[in-house]
Amino acid sequence: MSAVSSAEATTSAGQDAIQVRGVGKRFPGVIANHDVDITIRAGTVHALIGENGAGKSTLMKILYGVQKPDDGTLVVGGEEVSFHSPIDAIEHGIGMVFQHFMLADYLTVLENVVLGAEKLHGIGDAARAKIEEISRTYGFGLDPDELVEDLGVGERQRVEILKVLYRGAKIIILDEPTAVLVPQEVDALFGNLRELKAEGHTILFISHKLDEVLAIADDITVMRRGTTVGEAKPAGTTKRQLAELMVGSELPSPETAESTVTDEVLLAVADLTLTDTFGRQLLSDIDLTIHRGEVLGIAGVEGNGQAELVETIMGMRKPTAGTVSVGGQDMTTWDTRDRRSAGIGYIPEDRHRHGLLLDAPLWENRILGFQTRPPASKGFLLDRGGAREDTDRIVEQYDVRTPGIDTHARALSGGNQQKLIVGREMSGTPVLVIAAHPTRGVDVGAQAAIWGHIKEARRNGLAVLLISADLDELIGLSDRIEVILRGQLVGEFDPKTVTPQDLGSAMTGGQDQEADA
Amino acid sequence: MSVVTRILGALAAPLVAVVVAMLITSVVILASGGSPGEFWSIILSAPADRVYVNIVNQTSMIFLSALAAAIGFRMNLFNIGVEGQYQIASYTAAVVVGAALVPGLLNVALGLVVAMVAGSVWAGIAGVLKVTRGVSEVISTIMLNAIALTLVGYFLNTYGVRAGNSLRTTEIPESSQLAGWTPFLDRDGAVWTLCVLAIVAGIAFSFVINRTSFGFDLRATGMSESAAVASGVKVGRMVVISMMLSGAIAGLIWMPAFFGAAHTYGSTFQYGLGFMGIAVALLGRNRPLGIFFGAVLFAFLNEQSNRLTLESDISQNVVQITQGVIVLAVVVAYEVVRRRQVAAEQSRVKRQLDATKPTTDEAVSA
Repeated sequence: MSAVSSAEATTSAGQDAIQVRGVGKRFPGVIANHDVDITIRAGTVHALIGENGAGKSTLMKILYGVQKPDDGTLVVGGEEVSFHSPIDAIEHGIGMVFQHFMLADYLTVLENVVLGAEKLHGIGDAARAKIEEISRTYGFGLDPDELVEDLGVGERQRVEILKVLYRGAKIIILDEPTAVLVPQEVDALFGNLRELKAEGHTILFISHKLDEVLAIADDITVMRRGTTVGEAKPAGTTKRQLAELMVGSELPSPETAESTVTDEVLLAVADLTLTDTFGRQLLSDIDLTIHRGEVLGIAGVEGNGQAELVETIMGMRKPTAGTVSVGGQDMTTWDTRDRRSAGIGYIPEDRHRHGLLLDAPLWENRILGFQTRPPASKGFLLDRGGAREDTDRIVEQYDVRTPGIDTHARALSGGNQQKLIVGREMSGTPVLVIAAHPTRGVDVGAQAAIWGHIKEARRNGLAVLLISADLDELIGLSDRIEVILRGQLVGEFDPKTVTPQDLGSAMTGGQDQEADA
Repeated sequence: MSVVTRILGALAAPLVAVVVAMLITSVVILASGGSPGEFWSIILSAPADRVYVNIVNQTSMIFLSALAAAIGFRMNLFNIGVEGQYQIASYTAAVVVGAALVPGLLNVALGLVVAMVAGSVWAGIAGVLKVTRGVSEVISTIMLNAIALTLVGYFLNTYGVRAGNSLRTTEIPESSQLAGWTPFLDRDGAVWTLCVLAIVAGIAFSFVINRTSFGFDLRATGMSESAAVASGVKVGRMVVISMMLSGAIAGLIWMPAFFGAAHTYGSTFQYGLGFMGIAVALLGRNRPLGIFFGAVLFAFLNEQSNRLTLESDISQNVVQITQGVIVLAVVVAYEVVRRRQVAAEQSRVKRQLDATKPTTDEAVSA
């Protein structure tokens, strides 16, 4: 299973699986795609890379028949096609695995696979045999009778791929398949993809992780601002070159400067336990401290208690046991507003749900979280002038690109929305900033700016709790990294010496050793 | 430019809705064998002086009702119970004022306070149920409407004073009656003094919603409950408080008529204002100014339709079709306009940013 292509010779030589010629797609006020040209050779792994908002998703939806292009043509297997729905795409042998799995937890693998495709091989032994055959051929290791609920993330993804293969797909589109995986699982996935390629399947791999793209792809197409801007072969291409194609500028790096950690404890969490209404332990006996000028990173596979930890520290959930103190002050019984007033800034994981009023202008979003504090209010009255002035300041200092502060938050791009939130949460005199996935879904330019602001907060003596799924970001920014697994802190690492592999192993409890390496 | 387009955008939707409603009403009248021309000539003819006075009085009550509904709507609370809240409040106030515990104008003030308290307590039940038990306020307020009707009927039957064929509360003392202002001849009637409550409540509403941190919390909760919680709003408390505020305003709905003309709670009580308020709140987008125009329109249609029975064969109830279609059409039209404005703003942002910084990597994603 060598990474770089010998595929061309072995498979249906030279034929193109998909040709995209001059495709464009417009939505009201937004040009999502224009002049997109891609040629995907049959029997190869073709990577499509680009930042969020570069137009990858729209193109994918066009290929899968979810959306019709406004102009241009699609050629699949030498035949010009016009898809009206995903059913047409499936008929032409195109299958898609979405980033968010579409599986029913309480059904078995077999039931999930045959659901909606009962006509192919029935729902009984014929289907089971087919599933076992596919699983064996590509080394998926799936048991048709296991409940999906009991499967890990990597296995669920293989069920999704199996679903697509079961329906006869020869061309498989994978939308950011590695976003939910730890490093070992990524290796396993790549093993599967190579098997698929060897059997003559064509894979379109969408990602923005350059290491992975270089490791697996035979051809690479780069998208930027709605169009294809370049093509590359992994051999002879560096990460930096690809990144520059993607963003059109220099690439920032997260590494922090000199340590600024002091002895003074700003956040102290002791024996924190959170039990849900069904008696399940979401957090068990969490102990952690963050000092003045320190960034503590929390690594973990999503859903292991990170969100609950943040919400408990913010006072949005009440702990079952344990205490939370900030600056020596026990805040365990305080409500969210009092905690914020005492100097906790909060950059939430989901900015649309927790950080912004999308249909309110920027200056009103400045007030959010500061309803009872200057400069947004005076007593029980709002201080509109003060809020507007300070919004101008944030727009200026944090480089929020907007026509003005009366623009609605919804109209800004993700990166600019996030810069506004960061600016807001860093204002006042915070002592602790909780940043949950601060650069998720933002472009590289905004990412660098946000990293810069976190570093500056650290220099200014703030304590920062950083939760991230991006291990490079964690290693680059943190002074210390704690790993969270099933609601418990299971290990502390020094970012100077730790590797993503070490972290990945700790994040899965060392049990998930299914790497193919 | 943006001010002009914003005003046009705000006006376009209701105007389209009214035109659509006129067309559909005409079709209905045609289908039922009537003459749309006759209908519209009666409805759109110049009102008599007496009708002008009635329109002002009705407008004030519809406005208060819509304001009560709007407070809830602004935080995504569907208080369908304005109807029951103002029945309970009106009856309670009528009993207390009728007892003449304090003299003259003090009695009026007492009556208003009692009405607001009664309305807010009745609405508060739904708020507490929602917060503590997770009962949808839509269900609970509808049930509370039925309970209010039965309860008031029971009390009236048990403790009411007989007047002719019906029962009513004790009439309030003359010193607490508010004669109002007679713009035309005496026989054309008076504009009730307490119509001024509508203006006061409208200004107070606008101030609280737009200028106070409480109002911001309320709006933020309505726009995004999750964001409000993260910003430190205690949503449970907000639910109870806004339900109670909504009920307090609901309590005032019938007060202009009570002190100005009825002087007692009995057969002259005007039902249905609570439901009309919900429609007008939707029509006015939960903003006092919009609600005001909506209230005028509904009061106008109601009063003018009275003439249909005398001057034509067309049923007076046809006007309810017009009102219903206006509300339906306006909800659709507002959404269409809103989406267009969002899209227009996004493309404007993109254009401006592209113009100022041609090399940025920012793309406004859909």
